[in-house]
Amino acid sequence: MSTVVDRDELRDDVLNGLQLSTQLERIWRTPSGLAGALMSVEHKVVGRRYILTAFAFLLLGGILAILMRIQLAGPEKTFLSADKYNQIFTMHGSTMMFLFAVPVMEAFAVYLVPLMVGTRNIAFPRLNAFSYWMFLFGGCFLWISFLFNVGPDVGWFSYVPLSSLQFTPTKRADVWAQMITFTEVAALAVAVEIVVTVFKLRAPGMTLDRIPLFVWAMLVTSFLVMFAMPSIMVASTSLILDRLVNTRFYDPSSGGHPLLWQHLFWFFGHPEVYIIFIPGTGMVSAILATFARRPVIGYPVVILSLIGTGFLSFGLWVHHMFVTGLPQLGAGLFTASSMLIAVPSGLQIFCWLATLWDGRPVYRTPLLFVIGFIVIFVIGGLSGVMVASVPIDTQVHDTYFVVAHFHYVLIGGAVFPLIGAVYYWFPKIAGRMLSERLGRWNFWLAFIGFNVAFFPMHFLGLIGMPRRVYTYTADMDWAHLNLLSSIGAIVFALSFALLLVNVVYSLRKGALAGDNPWNASTLEWATSSPPPPQNFDRIPVVKHRDPLWADGESLPVVAGLSAERREVLLTSLAEAEPQTREASPEPSIWPLLTAIATTVFFIGSIFTPWAVLWGTPPMAVTLIGWFWPSGSKEDEE
Amino acid sequence: MKVWVRRVLSVCATWPLAACAGRQSALDPQGLQSDQIRHTLFIFVGVAAVVWIAVVIVLGIAMMRRKRAAEQPLDLHEAFEQRTGRVILALGIATTVIVLGLSFVSYAGQRTVFAKDENALTLRIVGHQWWWEVHYEADSPHQSFVTANEIRIPTGQPVKVELESADVIHSFWVPSLTGKMDLIPGQKNKLQFTAKNAGVYRGQCAEFCGLQHAHMAFAVLALPPDEFGRWREHENQSADSPADQLGKQGEALFRARGCALCHNVSGTLAGGQLGPDLTHIGSRTTIAAGTLPNTPATLGAWISDPQHIKPGNLMPKMPLQSDELIAIIHYLEQLK
Repeated sequence: MSTVVDRDELRDDVLNGLQLSTQLERIWRTPSGLAGALMSVEHKVVGRRYILTAFAFLLLGGILAILMRIQLAGPEKTFLSADKYNQIFTMHGSTMMFLFAVPVMEAFAVYLVPLMVGTRNIAFPRLNAFSYWMFLFGGCFLWISFLFNVGPDVGWFSYVPLSSLQFTPTKRADVWAQMITFTEVAALAVAVEIVVTVFKLRAPGMTLDRIPLFVWAMLVTSFLVMFAMPSIMVASTSLILDRLVNTRFYDPSSGGHPLLWQHLFWFFGHPEVYIIFIPGTGMVSAILATFARRPVIGYPVVILSLIGTGFLSFGLWVHHMFVTGLPQLGAGLFTASSMLIAVPSGLQIFCWLATLWDGRPVYRTPLLFVIGFIVIFVIGGLSGVMVASVPIDTQVHDTYFVVAHFHYVLIGGAVFPLIGAVYYWFPKIAGRMLSERLGRWNFWLAFIGFNVAFFPMHFLGLIGMPRRVYTYTADMDWAHLNLLSSIGAIVFALSFALLLVNVVYSLRKGALAGDNPWNASTLEWATSSPPPPQNFDRIPVVKHRDPLWADGESLPVVAGLSAERREVLLTSLAEAEPQTREASPEPSIWPLLTAIATTVFFIGSIFTPWAVLWGTPPMAVTLIGWFWPSGSKEDEE
Repeated sequence: MKVWVRRVLSVCATWPLAACAGRQSALDPQGLQSDQIRHTLFIFVGVAAVVWIAVVIVLGIAMMRRKRAAEQPLDLHEAFEQRTGRVILALGIATTVIVLGLSFVSYAGQRTVFAKDENALTLRIVGHQWWWEVHYEADSPHQSFVTANEIRIPTGQPVKVELESADVIHSFWVPSLTGKMDLIPGQKNKLQFTAKNAGVYRGQCAEFCGLQHAHMAFAVLALPPDEFGRWREHENQSADSPADQLGKQGEALFRARGCALCHNVSGTLAGGQLGPDLTHIGSRTTIAAGTLPNTPATLGAWISDPQHIKPGNLMPKMPLQSDELIAIIHYLEQLK
């Protein structure tokens, strides 16, 4: 066993079940102790951290939301000063968009996609670890700045010239711009991993039309990330260049233009909404199929809708700019393109309704959240059609109507499915069930609290309340609706507290889940809960769209992967035919060290452009360490 | 039905409508454009309500349909699937038709809202952190004047505002009259509207513009045309010299204490250009860009500590004795 050449290597086909799983667990597990934790490249370890960190940021962002609702509960309150309020709404938006919504969706993908496509680890596991550290450091950097009173205060959109050096001479806008860069790096890395995992690491036989809908959703999302993020990367880098080295990208007195920022920002910012929403739809499809006890009707329609939504989302950024004085005819065309996105979104909803109609629904908490999602999201979608209309938008743009609209879309369209997903996949991740009774309370508090908090905002906007105002006078008729909204917000917040209680309680006391507690159909349920480090002892072979329903508990498997090295099986793109075995990286400290070096580089560059020079060598050193060839056993022969 | 139940229901039914009658409400239009926008909005809301109710009803039926006990999954109903496919296709086409229909409704509304009139009264408005500079310009310089934070317009006549910014992006918005338009540095935007009825309509900056974004409001006073003409005639004139001793003392202090470095008062030596023009401050309804009503008490509070009322604004706190403050207030009150 000690000296091996390829043909003599210990393969999984010569070991019996118990031997194999012990052996695989030994070579795939994360080393114990602190060092092991820092070195881990296992997608489940990284994914779990990613999910927890994103939820920690949700908690922080939610606390800020409650602070704002207290300030706005009545007219002329002095609970927060103008300066604090502006920082808080900026931090709330930035945290929710960049540190919670996108990362949490990618985090679920990091955990679930390899399991759902039946492989042992994500593609590029070290990049995955690096991505998590960058996300963590970027988020902490933003929040530490905020706690030291240099948090950004120019809005999560940071429009120039307000965010230019002239009007924000402090470091606040730089902090925001660099935080963007951190999250871009993290998000892009995960997007690349997901695409490659889905294209090359699928279990044999999982042809394109057998990929689970959640995986399809994450694939489309990853492409959106790859095309949208560079746009804000250009925008934020140009901003920081304007601020630090006196370039003039956005300065109209030197031939720049403030609207350049808005075009770049919204060319990212609109797809961003779908980067958050499309994973939500993937979660809905997964949950719905399981609890309706039948596959989602119109599988190809749903996939085409996802792809269509992805394409259209790049063609309508201008509807955020209808009141900037753009030519009217062009604006009219963007109205039509914006509204057209209702068609693929609608088709998906029709497919889900039909699934529920024909199914035999089992009403457990995850399904409740999906039903809440449909009720709420449709309102958000329809108010989105209103916002897409130029004349209506000239009234509601930058008012509380828009605040209501996008919270209906983002919370209804993404957070409700996400909480459903927490209830749905918690047993897989933790090995224990969440309490169903608390889950029902959680749902009703969330559903009622959400609607009481956000529905009145439609009216508030129409009766003249602009966004981003820290106070208003008593004679503006806005007090009652604001008070109602604040009460709703607190109820909504309580629902999250209940979720936290449920998670903490169930981690210790919850009923043991077993492999497949919901009797679901996709591959992640084909392994134990929580899954072992190697995910699957033997790689399954997929012959149906719903393998666990069609083949029962005994899936066919392939044999022949190494049992003494980390190896994954590569398959072809369309037909998922086995192609070759590929080594998967060992744990390594270098991704963490590279992330630290990169963080020093990024933060240093806020204070001196010279950081670009002295910050590079440490990054180079750590990257060399990361990629240093570590010699496989064959090479030593 | 119990009385109180009926009362609660009637309050619930009428209260949103009562709330519409605000001074800054898109639901209570007082202009041609805002009227058209509300019309378009109501069409959209109607369609949306029908669609949402339909979805919820279908969802409810799907959930409550009498069903056999839960079966083994994957018991597919091929016939159902085919029928459903046709229904989904039909619904997809229906959605497309509705969306295109609404696009045309929207475009028709847009054409009306943004229709141009060559004979419009033209004003030039410059946004500042956090106040509004309003220029009434005419061919002869004697017919041109500048005011701040208060716009008077004639009813029934189209008004065109040309929008510029002196610093960051602001947005000009008077929901009772029309939708908003941004004021962007380096760019000139235009917006046209017509007030149907006389009245005072509140407007407010709608684009986040920094620390005191919340306190960047203004008033639009729509006057009958002849009254507007008289006002305009009067506004052309320079400020009257103060009649009494206290007023004269105030005028002198206004210059001596540095107010005149930033503020202009036409016809006097005060020619500052940084702050709002104060030539006819006494006749304005509010001070500090709609933050407070214009009374001697609020004026005094503002002058003695502007940073307390609107932290971060560009007016510094001036050390003034109380008798000096009284004189300056008295002077400003006379600038009508």
